[in-house]
Amino acid sequence: MNAKFYLLACLAIATTSTPAWGQIADPNLGRNMAANCANCHGTNGMSVGGTAALAGQSRESLIKALTEFREGKRPATIMHQLSKGYSDEQIALIAAYLSTQKSK
Amino acid sequence: MKNQQRRRFLQASAASAISASLGGLATTGCATTPAQPPRPIGRVIVIGGGFGGATAAKYLRMWSGGTIEVFLVERNNEFVSCPISNLVLGGTRSIGELTRGYQGLREHGIQVLNDEVTAIDADKNLVKFRTKFADMGYDRLIVSPGVDFMFDQVEGLTAEAQKTVLHAWKAGPDTVALRRQLEAMPDGGTYVLSIPRAPYRCPPGPYERASQVAFYFKQAKPRSKVLILDANEDVTSKGPLFKAAWRDLYGGIVEYRNNSEVKGVDSRASTVRTDFDTIKADVLNVLPPMRAGDIARTTGLITTNNRWCGVDWLSMESTVRKGIHVLGDATLAAPAMPKSGHMANQHGKLAAAAVVELMNGRQPSAAPMVANTCYSFVSDKEVIHVSSVHQYDAAQKTFVTVPGSGGVSTQRSELEGFYAAAWARNIWSDMLS
Repeated sequence: MNAKFYLLACLAIATTSTPAWGQIADPNLGRNMAANCANCHGTNGMSVGGTAALAGQSRESLIKALTEFREGKRPATIMHQLSKGYSDEQIALIAAYLSTQKSK
Repeated sequence: MKNQQRRRFLQASAASAISASLGGLATTGCATTPAQPPRPIGRVIVIGGGFGGATAAKYLRMWSGGTIEVFLVERNNEFVSCPISNLVLGGTRSIGELTRGYQGLREHGIQVLNDEVTAIDADKNLVKFRTKFADMGYDRLIVSPGVDFMFDQVEGLTAEAQKTVLHAWKAGPDTVALRRQLEAMPDGGTYVLSIPRAPYRCPPGPYERASQVAFYFKQAKPRSKVLILDANEDVTSKGPLFKAAWRDLYGGIVEYRNNSEVKGVDSRASTVRTDFDTIKADVLNVLPPMRAGDIARTTGLITTNNRWCGVDWLSMESTVRKGIHVLGDATLAAPAMPKSGHMANQHGKLAAAAVVELMNGRQPSAAPMVANTCYSFVSDKEVIHVSSVHQYDAAQKTFVTVPGSGGVSTQRSELEGFYAAAWARNIWSDMLS
């Protein structure tokens, strides 16, 4: 993980009052959760077709999309259900990781 | 100790030489490689190249930066996907479209051994092979054996009977053979599909299969019937959506009977017996009860009901054998966690992440998350899904579904058919490329 986004990820953990994952920051959490996206969106978000490529999208746009899916503000077949499985902090970590991945 | 190290070095060299001669990428001891690869911190052997094992192997290489030496043992030359294979029965996909090679994994530096592990010596950290390879040592072992079948639970389902009464619940030649039986069946015939009590591999799979056979009958032999004999009280997954499809698309073709466990078969008479009835079929497709694959049983990894393997969900490590991790359908599932290829892929990543930490002297993540998506084709184009997200609960020491997450389709749609096809391409790539 790129150092800048690692710091952002740590910040995301530090700023939440009750982290769901315990007290110690886990540097691989974003990577591991982003791997849940890979089944449909390709390894490290590099889709091989038919789904959105997530690799290299900006952190902000990924957070916006996932949050809107979760809140039912963006049309979806399945993402409204899957995004509800993740907290704001988890979405931020996933977005931080995917935004640092090469799109090609 | 010295002897053991020497033996392991020799084994690694021998395996590398064999792999190199087969066109694989050798990671150690290969004289033709000019640059020295990073010195491995240890060796993991993965047994089983399906959704769980192949994913674990690839992610181990990726997430260890190539510092873990990975051997993947798979008895088949190629991977054939169970998901999408019901479409071969429906007639809209060929088995070749579901078949992928292991070359992509070799390019990650994984040594793919086309052989079968016949025994695991968990005390000596050693596996034994059926044909080509000498005994091989490991630092950690990942066992992803899928399911095997409890044929003895269905009276009359002898080895001889199994030649004509197929389950076709592992995609490959049997899938094609079942399709041929359906093609040979006269119009007006009856196809009987029996479903065992849950848990079994792929909860919605049998209902998708019934839909696909009905799709074929509707086109090619519309006077024929699909009779589902389900040992369960009701359709175990996406029930209202499947029933709507059967009613709307295949009225008069599909008949569903719950609480109808098949207790015996007579392959010569082509009949099945439940507690209430003996039913004649033209094509008989019996899914026997299932359990963790044979190698899990002979290694003593099965912990529950003589069927499933208990694991520590933070690492997928067996609850009874340290250093051995178990993935996929073979595990004693957490509550509401399906036995699916998608979930096995997630197990593979969880195990890979944990093994990298453990082999570097650190602890696995304390907060793993996994998710599941299962698409089912109810016709050639229309699809329904079920999804779930699971988080580790430290107090219960298992995965629980995240409240409010997951769900099913509102209705079947061609749009989800498009996404189902995309899911297949992406997950095959995620595990094999």
